Amino acid sequence: MIKTIFETSLPVGEQFSIKKNIIRHGTGKKRVCIVSGTHGDELEGQFICFQFQKEILEELDRLDGTIEVYPGLNPMGIDSISRGIPNFDLDMNRIFPGDVEGTMAEQAAAAIVKDLKGADMVIDIHSSNIFLREVPQVRISEETAEILVPWAKHLNTDFIWVHSAATVLESTLAHSLNSCGTPTLVVELGVGMRINHYYGKKMVIGLKNLIHEMGMWKGDIDKSQITNPIISVGNQVSFVNAPASGIFSTETHNERIVEEGESLGMIISPLTGEVIEDIKAPCRGYLFTIRAYPVCYEGSLLARIHRI
Amino acid sequence: MESPYRDTFKIWGYRFGSGEKSLAVVGAMRGDEVCQQFACASLVSRLERMERKGSLTEGHEILVIPSANPFSMNIEKRFWALDGTDINRMFPGYEYGETTQRIASGLFEAIKDYKYGIQMASSYMPGEFIPHVRILKTGFEDVDTAKLFGLPYVSVRTPKPFDTTTLNYNWQIWSSKAYSIYGGLNGDVSKESNRSIVDTLLRFIHRAGLSDTASYSSKLSYDTIVLKDCDLVKVKAPSAGIFQKLVRAGDEVCEGQVIALLIDPYEGKVETEVKSPCEGVVFYAVDKPLTLQNSPLFEIREYGEDISF
Repeated sequence: MIKTIFETSLPVGEQFSIKKNIIRHGTGKKRVCIVSGTHGDELEGQFICFQFQKEILEELDRLDGTIEVYPGLNPMGIDSISRGIPNFDLDMNRIFPGDVEGTMAEQAAAAIVKDLKGADMVIDIHSSNIFLREVPQVRISEETAEILVPWAKHLNTDFIWVHSAATVLESTLAHSLNSCGTPTLVVELGVGMRINHYYGKKMVIGLKNLIHEMGMWKGDIDKSQITNPIISVGNQVSFVNAPASGIFSTETHNERIVEEGESLGMIISPLTGEVIEDIKAPCRGYLFTIRAYPVCYEGSLLARIHRI
Repeated sequence: MESPYRDTFKIWGYRFGSGEKSLAVVGAMRGDEVCQQFACASLVSRLERMERKGSLTEGHEILVIPSANPFSMNIEKRFWALDGTDINRMFPGYEYGETTQRIASGLFEAIKDYKYGIQMASSYMPGEFIPHVRILKTGFEDVDTAKLFGLPYVSVRTPKPFDTTTLNYNWQIWSSKAYSIYGGLNGDVSKESNRSIVDTLLRFIHRAGLSDTASYSSKLSYDTIVLKDCDLVKVKAPSAGIFQKLVRAGDEVCEGQVIALLIDPYEGKVETEVKSPCEGVVFYAVDKPLTLQNSPLFEIREYGEDISF
């Protein structure tokens, strides 16, 4: 059943609406919500929302509870290839819990929080941005790690990153929901503006495993398929930022162990034919982020490594 | 900082006087803040003359940075063009971080130890404000010195989480007295608007004891009224469509007065007459020809309430 959770009129004869699909079966009272599309350039979640629902509907009699899927929290952003809400300055994931008296974006944020509140689990699916390629991972703030890490392990990701939270992150959807007692897991995978089907299918297995563990899915899960994730806690992540501006050229890929001093790529000058900087891994570890967008400025993030 | 394809990125600052670090002024941080940059450029010109004449108070240094973001202004983008990030959401910055975090860090390093900090600001809500000083309520805010600008209002706002990475907020946390000046429109480079903003800055400089003579042409100054978040009445659009504004920021309105028309964009009929809910002065007015349903259009400061001077 499709339900509109927020709507308003656009200036010229068009309704703006944020929708969810509700799939309910059995007598179970639990509710799991899959949300995506806060950033209009992150599309991995679109395939996951499709595939997950398709597989659930194919074996609906195995479901005991309610699944709600919100693929597009920022529908105009997705539709216009813009990360943010068109004509709005602030990142949508920095305005939660929203404000019913505020701008349209803030009103939408308030409606989203109201609708998700009280769910037994919310999975917020992101896919990095156009600049970075990420292995499937769950990101959890230190304050919520104790409650969330055990659940995150069921999601079939390669990596769980427990990080310290800056004040500004208090305005994310996940923080707003977690702080009012609605457990919310943030998933990052792939790269912006593209769909990686392999990662998407892996996530769908993870989502089914999670609802199985929650007692909502009576289907069989092949536990040998579920990845045992690397868990990064307590500042174990090294950031590699560009020491110079230029074109970042790399033939490497993430999802592997790199050795200290190993080349991760080069910053090159197309004008002079020179290598401006050879970028080396600062430590041995698991390379989970690698830059996908070649143009870089001094400071641009090139890689993230979980130190081993 | 070097750029891959463009000229070197530079932030220029102009220092006047020497001694105690007394005042830092920052102009454009976004590429569309032309009015803010122009005000700082005019201030540079005025302070140069004042320094030559010896009318700056000895023992004080004033730093003016007309632009922290010439790259965005040159290509008419509001934010950092490569990744769309906002320098004013990156403070206090991080010297080993992403590009705009590094820019914020370099800028903050240069301006953080001044007694007073002024930012020529613009809001995430595009529109026209009655000229005012905005300070964030951090526990360190100084309302009394904010009155020295002589602007009609000082607005004390409770910070939202996304405000904690702005320059104003971080200046205060690092012990500077910080003020954001709002007024007019980003693209307004008219002589009158520029002159009134520069006069406001020079009035503060004089009253804060940083110049010996009152070097501003207009003596127009107000008994500043202090506003809290709750002192402003919001007016929203009951319907969407073409937004025809009948009043501007600074205009006085009566209760029930029609202040805008919302017009059907296909049939030209007036869908809604937007009426003022109270008697007062228009503090903020949206500056867009179209509106969504339920979007904020105006903020009105109601007369007859308890106002602290």
